[in-house]
Parts: sequence; structure tokens; C-alpha cells
Amino acid sequence: MLLIACPWCGERDETEYHYGGQAHVAHPADPHALSDAEWGAYLFVRDNPKGEFAERWMHAAGCRRWFNVVRHTVTHDISAVYPAGQPRPVPPSDEHSEVTA
Amino acid sequence: MSNRPGNRLAAGGRVDRSAPLRFTFDGVEYTGLRGDTLASALLANGVLAVGPSLYRERPRGIVTAGVDDPHALVQLERPCSDPMQLATTVELSDGLAATGLQGRGRLDDAPDETRYDKTYLHTDVLVVGAGPAGLAAALAAGRSGARVVLVDDQPEPGGALLSGRERIDGRPALAWVAEARAELEAQPETRLLTRATAIGHHDQNYVLVAERRPDRPGGGGRLWHFRARQVVLATGAHERPLVFAGNDRPGVMSAAAVRSYLNRYAVLTGRRAVVFTTGDSAYATALELAAAGAEVPALVDTRPEPPAALVKAARAAGIEVLAGAAVVGTEGGARLTGVRISALTAEEQLTGPVREVACDLLAVSGGWSPAVHLWSMARGTVRYDATLAAFVPDRAAQEVRACGSGRGRHDLAGCLTEGFTAGAEAATAAGFPFAAPIAPPCEGDTPPAPPRPVWLVPGEEGDPSTWRDHFVDAQRDATVADVHRAVRAGMRSVEHIKRYTTIGTAHDQGKSCGVAAIGVIARLLGARSPGEVGTTTFRGPYVPVSFALLAGRERGPLFDPVRTTAVHPWHVRRGAVFENVGQWHRPRYYPRPGEDMDAAVLRECRAAREAVAVMDASTLGKIDVIGPDAAVFLDRLYTNGFAKLPVGSARYGVMCRADGMVFDDGVTVRLAPDHYYLTTTTGNAAAVLDWMEEWLQTEWPELRVRCTSVTEQWSTAAVVGPRSREVVAALAPGLDVSNDAFPFMTVRDAVLANGVPARICRISFSGELAYEINVSSWYGLAVWEAVLAYGAHAGITPYGTETMHVLRAEKGYPIVGQDTDGTVTPQDLGMTWVVARHKDFVGKRSFARADTSRADRRHLVGLLPVDGGELLPEGAQLVAPGADLTAVPVDSLGHVTSSYRSAALDRTFALALVRGGRDRIGETVLAPLPDGRTVAATVTEPVLFDPKGGRRDG
Repeated sequence: MLLIACPWCGERDETEYHYGGQAHVAHPADPHALSDAEWGAYLFVRDNPKGEFAERWMHAAGCRRWFNVVRHTVTHDISAVYPAGQPRPVPPSDEHSEVTA
Repeated sequence: MSNRPGNRLAAGGRVDRSAPLRFTFDGVEYTGLRGDTLASALLANGVLAVGPSLYRERPRGIVTAGVDDPHALVQLERPCSDPMQLATTVELSDGLAATGLQGRGRLDDAPDETRYDKTYLHTDVLVVGAGPAGLAAALAAGRSGARVVLVDDQPEPGGALLSGRERIDGRPALAWVAEARAELEAQPETRLLTRATAIGHHDQNYVLVAERRPDRPGGGGRLWHFRARQVVLATGAHERPLVFAGNDRPGVMSAAAVRSYLNRYAVLTGRRAVVFTTGDSAYATALELAAAGAEVPALVDTRPEPPAALVKAARAAGIEVLAGAAVVGTEGGARLTGVRISALTAEEQLTGPVREVACDLLAVSGGWSPAVHLWSMARGTVRYDATLAAFVPDRAAQEVRACGSGRGRHDLAGCLTEGFTAGAEAATAAGFPFAAPIAPPCEGDTPPAPPRPVWLVPGEEGDPSTWRDHFVDAQRDATVADVHRAVRAGMRSVEHIKRYTTIGTAHDQGKSCGVAAIGVIARLLGARSPGEVGTTTFRGPYVPVSFALLAGRERGPLFDPVRTTAVHPWHVRRGAVFENVGQWHRPRYYPRPGEDMDAAVLRECRAAREAVAVMDASTLGKIDVIGPDAAVFLDRLYTNGFAKLPVGSARYGVMCRADGMVFDDGVTVRLAPDHYYLTTTTGNAAAVLDWMEEWLQTEWPELRVRCTSVTEQWSTAAVVGPRSREVVAALAPGLDVSNDAFPFMTVRDAVLANGVPARICRISFSGELAYEINVSSWYGLAVWEAVLAYGAHAGITPYGTETMHVLRAEKGYPIVGQDTDGTVTPQDLGMTWVVARHKDFVGKRSFARADTSRADRRHLVGLLPVDGGELLPEGAQLVAPGADLTAVPVDSLGHVTSSYRSAALDRTFALALVRGGRDRIGETVLAPLPDGRTVAATVTEPVLFDPKGGRRDG
């Protein structure tokens, strides 16, 4: 159960949100100018990184706003939350430090 | 006490001798005490065996005093039926009844009336485990002012101190525990939960805790959902078994459990006990057994040179210490009568003569495994510590700290120090800076000397391939021979061997046997240590929990919200048969006395086609789309155009996903230049609103449009049939209902005869003259009753969803989600006319893809069974005549999507998706049915009734 900070409502449980897949995949301005392969890539092909991934969430049981989250797909650490339409923030340079038992 | 059971001591323990409790096990009545577990009460009564083993039916007895018992499975019958509980964790209550189980339980047929609840709580620091380390952590964190929750699975805090005789600060340790508890309970922000087991530790410190509440009416439990800034895991350690021949015989017990039964429950589990250990901790068991009056003829220590002080203390108590030795076999039937002991070489081979020692108890300590389950579930890593001979927490993946024996620290002073430190650090990290207190001095539990783990005690005969009584996982009857076979078969990964042998997959999920099994695997693989083999994955829940607890109150009517319309009470009074459509309860049909569904639906259909009928259409999704750019917005989402729709008119529209597949359809009315009123499929209303909001927010934020769900604000009565006009004329006397003044696909505002304002649309989902009367839901029931009253002279007939389906199917109108499945384009449905050529819309590009242009796509067609009395089942597969039905897979042409009996056609008919269906009109297809028959049907156009549409204007 992730804890996600909605940019408008604050920290809420994952169950309040809908997942929206990879962020920054814009609908092509002129789909008819694309080849079948390019259109097919827009429709069906998404990244699946092991690591940080910019993805879309929507606060379905709250403000109903779409926004973007940068989540690490292994650790589930959320390093950035930002409104839809904004560019992905540049990650800070310092490495995430680990706690040792 | 005169009726004291044979093995109960006269004094001591955490049991209340003034509160005898009667209970029944396997049909025999016994007496126990408040404070007992079922296991301790049985042991007090001399009952050791529970149920036979799962596969080999070997006698099995109680081994431990906690959640890690491999054998003590019982079926609870009273106070409530509960399968597969552990006798070692069931608290004794008066009147309790249970029976022993052979590996698996049985669910009671009767519904579980117990009430379970859920609670959600945020906390700064969550401490799991109220042993010495956990208490110390909670004390330190609580003193900082942070909000602290301390959870422990026992009825009272204390952990291992409840089972020992240690001293803290010069007093019995339990005095310190009582003081700590009092201090915690006095802290305003601290909460102590007993009988509460942390079962899962998930992302961002989401911790699930199952709390038992036997004292509450109904006896139900509570599932806590904690979100903690910081977690301290003081989960303790499990004592490991040892793997030797006959190690499953009743009477072979955990040395720590023997000590726990003695000190906590005042139960002597044996009269003549041998102790077999790889380390220091079992010496306390041996000494305390002797002090309690048991004979302890031998203490077998695998170490050639045990600590001198321990050896001296044992000898002083009359216990012979056999160093550098191991128990290599057990004697007896259903109860241990003796053990066989041999010396061990440095290479762990047997040497010298075997000595037999008579005993009725063998207390075994194979070392200690920190309970790293929660740590690992929280994605923390573990490492093998060769000195401790244990897997211990290594790197945390979250804001989690481990302390005490859960992290491999086994002396009391060390546990207290680590607890104070972890609690203070956690509070500080949570924003409540605090310095760790100094731990008080402790007696009776000093840092242990290194153990000598012996992962596999050789048998006296044979080799690992024949050691079938060396049990590795007794719950699964899995032995060294089974592990040997897995290794011989080429398996190297512990995960593979686990699955092949089923080791660690029974009710305790490897709590008792897991690390011991890894040790055996390491030996048979020739690995240097268990660390090279590694652990299997730890998964929640930590202990078995019932589905009823997870469900809480979300059962029966509360499982999912039920939505009903304003007219619902009328439907109930009228005797409607309901069906679920999404969360909606909708009338399916209204049977008259003696009618079945077929008869009722045929009658309702006839009324709609021949006179007038009415349906409650309030469940249709309704969305107000308002704003200067509403027309542009709808033009981009619908395949057809809405910008040029005149105010006061309505239009049917289809929405596709970007892949070109039909997503929803419905009629949209333009109420004003900047106001559209859009309807959706009943089950799709929320998804359509989501879809519209997604495009507005993420792709077209510049569009000035707002979408609002108004489904529940409007109540809709669909008045259908050739006589509907006269009913509406009477109902809305001020409205000109002539076809010229109020043509098809237009909307009019009117005031009804009863004074209610209404929005009336001429929309038809049946092909008949029809009106949809929309009123505020507050008036829904009154207006429905008015429609019935004004239509009474025309014999107006209420109809349900089944008749609605038949009427629309006769007209070939598809239902999205029934006649489509997410792989169907508008063209597949024969709706090329709804796809605009001169504008772009979501999904249009996909219609130019090779796949959507294929001639052999599945098309929506009609089907007329050759036998007009034969009703094809919906979902029936279709094949070409002569198709090979033995081929795998059978070459399917498609399937039946809708199938009904038609009053208007006086026969059955169906809609189907058929490969290249529009090119097969007039051909025959076959439906091979599950009952073995093959039904022939003719492919037709989808519109079977009134294809010219002559009826819609009345």
C-alpha cells in the first residue's frame, strides 16, 4: 500500500488513487502523419524500467486531479510528485542513503 | 489443590489457580487455568500428542509454546468454529472444545456470526514486540512525546521474560515489565495493544496487525492498518529444531518451550529429561527442570568445550554434560522412552559407542533464528552471521530498525540497550529528539558463547538418501531423504528445493524448520554455510488469519454499495425480479402470478410493440458537459459530430479508445450552445466520466469545459409503444406532442399535470414511438406513478431490463460490454455511418491500421436458429459446417453475444460476432453445445424487426 502525496490533498493511501501508466506520453498532435509503426508504438509500447519511472496517478476518491509521480519500481520510493503538464523534475545529485540495522 | 492435574506445579507461573477452566479435547474433559494456552493445559494434564502427521500418520506432539509449533494443529469447536488453530496460541477459556487435526482442518458450513472490524491509525513510532527490547524501545520513544504504538501477540507484555527467571535492577524482571507497562499506559500518546500480531509489513511502513478480542461480545477480532513514520521491530527469535533420526517423536520439544511451560505455565513437561543443545541457552532449561524436581540424566552439547561455568553449574545440579556429542536416535512409540547418544567428530561424523539413556522428554535447542519475517517483508535484506549461526537483519529498505534477539542479540542487557537506542533513534527520526536511556543492570542472562551448529546429525546407518526418519519439515513429513532426492535431481536454488520438497509450505510457513532446512540443504550441496544457500522469500501474513478478519464488515449487503432508483419501492411492491447491473439493482421483469420469465418477457414485449409500456431508465449514466468549448470537446471524443447539433436536439454517439475499439455509446442532448447532457451505458458511467476528465486535464487543459455526474439527480421513465403519445399528451397537457411539433430526437421542457417540471426526450431504444421523461429524482416515484395512472386506460405495462434487451436486439442495437468486448470497432458493428470522415477524434487513426482494415474481422450479425424454438446460449461458439470439432483448437468463427425469444418475430433469434459475418449473410453456421448437440442457424442482417424504421414516429 503506497503512500502517495497528492499535490492538492496531501498524503493519502494508494487505494484512493487510480493508476494511469507512464507519464509524458502525449497524444500525437497529428496522428495521421504517423506511420503505422509509430502510431502502434504510441498505443501499445511503454517503458518498463527497473528503477525510477515517471507515471501518472489520479486522485479518484479525492480531488479527481491527474498528476505525475516519479516512483522507483524496485523500492517504491517516491522521489517527486508534480502536476500534469509539468516536465519531470531533474533528480537531485545525492544518492538515496540506506538505513542499516 | 486437590484436583491439580499431574504435571501442574503447586506454585509459580502466570496462571490463576483460583480460576479453573473446564475444556474438552478430542471428546475428553479436562481442567486448566486462566492464563493457560490450550497446549499448556493439555501438557498439565499429561496430554502431549495432538494429531497424527499429514501423510505418514506418525504420532506427533506439542513442540513449542508459540506461533512456530509444527504439530499442534487443532480444530476449535467452541467458543466458535475455527479450523487449523495452534494449541500453542489458543488461549484457554471455560467451555472450550477442540479436536486434534491431521494436517488440515475443515470449514464450518454455518455462517460465521463473529463480528470483525477494521481500524486505521497513523503513528510516529510503531514498535512490534513487547519483550525486553520492544518495551525499552517503546519507553524511550514514548518519553520523547512521539505518538507510539506497541503491539504484541501475547495477552500481556514481557516476551521471553514471561518464561524466564532473569532479574533487572535487582528485582524479578517481571517487576520491571509491570513498571514499564504502567509508564506506557500513563503516556498520553502511547497505545499498547496486546493479543495483536503484526502480520504484514508493506511499503512506506504500512503495517497490518491482527488483534484478537476474546473478551468482546461476539469474540471478533480487529484488523489494524498502521501507517508509521518509523518502525522498530523487536520480534524476538525462534528456537530451531535439530535434524536427527526420530526427531519427530512426541516428547521431543523445544528447550525454550520446556522452560516456558515450566516458568510461565507451571507445567512440568517431563519427569526425566535429556537436553540436547548447540549453545548456551538450553542450560537454563536443564537447571530449572532439575530445580523443579525432574531428573536430568544428561545434557548433550555439540560443542566439545562448552563454557566452563555452565558445565560446572550443570554438574552441581547432578546433570552429566556430554560435550562434543549428539542425540542420534529416539526410542518409544507414541511417547518418547529414551534417546541414543553418540560422540561427534570435528567433521560431524559419529564416533565411538552409542549410549542409550531412558527419558520421557528431550529438550532440543538447535540455535536461534531471529524472526526476520517482517523485516524481509519490508524488503530489508538479511545476511548470514557465521558466529551466531543465524540469518540476521542487514540493510533496511525503509525507516525500520531491528533490535534485540530479532536482530541476533541474545543477552538481556544487550536487548534492553538496543531497545532503548532503537526507540530513541526512531523518535528522533520522527521529529521528537530524544537521547537513549541507560539500560539497568541485569542478572541471569549473559552474552552467550558461540554455538556449534550441527545442521545434520548423521544416522547410525545408511546415508542421506535413506534417512527417512530425519524430519526436516515434520508438517509436510519431508525428510533428509526428500532433500537428497531434490539435490540429486539437480536442484541448487533453495526456492526450487522448497517447491520440490514442499518444505516450508505448511501452516507455519517454515517458522520452525526454515533455517534448519537451509542448513540441511547446505550440507547436502557441500556449501560452506547456510549463507551460501540463502533464504526463501518471506511473505505475509506472518500467522494465518481468517478471511473473515480481512473482510471485516464488508460482507453480505455491505460487501459493495447497492444503488437503487427513486422508483425502487414501487418495483418491490410490484413484485419485480431484480438483477444487478454494476452496483444497481434493476427490475429484470415483473412476473404476474403463474408466469415464468419467458412468459413475462413475451407479455411485456407485446405491450411495448402493440400498446404502451414503461421502464425505469434512471440508472443510465448522465453527465452534464458545460462550457464554451463543450462542442469542440465532444467532437474530439465522439466518432461522430456534435458541434452542429441544434439546441433542443439529440444525437446517438459512439466513443472509442485511442486503439479504435468501441468504449461507450449513448444519446447526447444539446440543451444550450454551451450545455450538453450526455448519457452513458449504466455500468460505464464512472469510466466515461474518468475518460472525459483525463482528456480534459492531461491533453486539452486549454478547453473550457466542466463535466459533472448527474446520474442520481435525474429520474427517467421511458414510455414506449404506439400508444405512448396519448399517454404523454395526458401526462403533459401543455406540451404539443404532435410529430411535427415534437419530432424524433428532440427534447422539450414541459410541466406535467401534477406540476412537476420535466425534460422530455423523444429517444427510442426499441424502434417504437417512445418518450423519456426526466424529472428531478425527488419527484421520480410520484411521476412514475403518474405515468402508470395516465397510461392505465391504454393498459400501460411496466417492463424490465430483459424486455429492454429483447426489444433493442430485435432492432440490432448493440449493448456495449455485451455485444462488444474491447476488440470491436464501430465498423465491426456495422456502424460506418457513425464514424465522421471530415474531423479527427480519439481513435480515428487506428481505423487505418492493417488490423482494423482486415476483411475477416468479426462483424455483428443476426442469427436465426433453423429451429425457431431453439434458444442459443449466449457465449456459444460458432463454427462453419464441416468444421473439425476434434481439432485443437477448434476453428471458431465467433460467438453468440445476445440471444432471446421474440414475441414480434414469434421465434428465437440471436446477435453474434462472426468472422467476416457481413459476407456470410444467408449462410448457415453451427453452434456445438456443451450437451453434445450441434444447432444450426442462419446468418442475417442484425436488424430483424422493422428494418425500415417505420414505427418510431407512431
